Amino acid sequence: MVKERAVIVSQKCIGTDIYDMVLSFPRGAKEAKPGQFIAMYCEDGTKLLPRPISICGIDAEKGTLRVVYRIAGEGTRLFSEMKEGDSLEVLGPLGNGFTMKEEKAIIVGGGIGIPPMLELDKQLSCEKTVVLGYRDELFLKDEFESYADVVVATEDGSCGTKGTVIDAIKEAGVDGKVIYACGPMPMLKALAEYAEAHDMEAQISLEERMACGIGACLGCICKTKKKDHHTNVNNQRICKDGPVFDAKEVVFS
Amino acid sequence: MNLEVKLAGVTFKNPVTTASGTFGSGAEYEEFVDLSALGAVTTKGVANVPWEGNPTPRIAETYGGMLNAVGLQNPGIELFCERDIPHLKEKNASIIVNVCGRTVEDYVEVVERLSDEPVDLLEINVSCPNVKAGGIAFGQNPDALYEITKAIKAKAKQPIVMKLSPNVTDITEMAKAAEAGGSDALSLINTITGMKIDIHRRKFILANQTGGMSGPAIKPVAVRMIYQVHKACSLPIIGMGGVMTGEDAIELMMAGATMVAVGTANFHNPRATVEVLDGIKAYMERYHIEDINEIIGCM
Repeated sequence: MVKERAVIVSQKCIGTDIYDMVLSFPRGAKEAKPGQFIAMYCEDGTKLLPRPISICGIDAEKGTLRVVYRIAGEGTRLFSEMKEGDSLEVLGPLGNGFTMKEEKAIIVGGGIGIPPMLELDKQLSCEKTVVLGYRDELFLKDEFESYADVVVATEDGSCGTKGTVIDAIKEAGVDGKVIYACGPMPMLKALAEYAEAHDMEAQISLEERMACGIGACLGCICKTKKKDHHTNVNNQRICKDGPVFDAKEVVFS
Repeated sequence: MNLEVKLAGVTFKNPVTTASGTFGSGAEYEEFVDLSALGAVTTKGVANVPWEGNPTPRIAETYGGMLNAVGLQNPGIELFCERDIPHLKEKNASIIVNVCGRTVEDYVEVVERLSDEPVDLLEINVSCPNVKAGGIAFGQNPDALYEITKAIKAKAKQPIVMKLSPNVTDITEMAKAAEAGGSDALSLINTITGMKIDIHRRKFILANQTGGMSGPAIKPVAVRMIYQVHKACSLPIIGMGGVMTGEDAIELMMAGATMVAVGTANFHNPRATVEVLDGIKAYMERYHIEDINEIIGCM
């Protein structure tokens, strides 16, 4: 975990309000693992808290990290306006990342939860299928296809299965031993139930509003079955103990 | 150059500490900060038993600051004494323990448990706006504040520092009540109660609806209240509220603070505490100040 100024190597818009940024962050890139995130700080002094953004791509050799993010407020809008050569403070890599198993995998991403699954897709060497859920507009799909077979679900049915990622898994008969997933909470909850019903392991990546990113403020907790080692209550810290959790451990509200 | 300050009979190597709740128990920041370089580490509020805290979302950013409604999630005093105090001592840090509770008995239980621990000061949190029972209920009524101060002082082995809420009409009235109850020093200010609404979804951003506001946006309130309290009573003050830089710390000290706590700035920059200390030294060099004590309450 390091905090330093990272220079923007490139940035482009790849969908409605979705941006693809590559940062030169050599020390961070050396350590990073799929499923980890970075904290990006705004240059505007009125916005103090870092934005937690998942890592989409790691190139340790070039010393770069790639993030694909959606404009969700003023902070991410400011990031989207930055250009090649601009720099910003970055802290990371943060969080635990996915635990890569050598068992047949189902890699699931929903909406802006899709980007962190790309590096996992790239690094996971076992048999695997990717399931991507979009509202309507597709992004990053082609890149996933260069590493694995991809099944798509869209809410409006404009591509692939009309419905949810679960509908797509059922329709395409996707099977595996381990589910890796990031996306909206209802999707993760449905996958947790699906995994339990089919005796599969599910590693799910959660998000929450956070302040510090390093496990101090206790802003970003999730309810868990086990007591956490930090506070000795049933709350794990998403930034530090997560963001990836065994779905069996998470108490969904 | 002398940075050493004395507060409630305890000597600290410099005036910089951390604001309770923003620095965990110190260990969380070790990769960024040498804990022994700080005047003291003020730890996150600890109660007699573990507290789960509030539902999420607990955090909201605001213009030049933030709201939090963590609700004093903490591991309880036993685990804290077994794990966190020995760790801080191993790192050679001076320790200020922030104590919270729901009833007078809760506070007293924690204070008694700490009596043989190597703790420098006890900061008593009677001003958290995010818990329903206890906390701020004691900090907004001078009679209740006097009573709880007296009860804690009677049992405490270490000097006590009552932490005051800014959510009152007249902070000097509260300061005088704590002084009358036997407090050895005062901490101010805790967070200012605020609220943020997501106008697109017509929902409160925080699950708790209200939260405590902190960050540089509240610094002028802190400066004003520290100044008022410094003029109104004779207790030394640990000042906090929006300190981001050494200059901010100097401002609070000129208003009357003997020590200064860095809070929300830690979330913006994990090295904020040491950078504030460097900023204080740079200010002293610039104005040829030999002893930091010269500027305390100089206004």
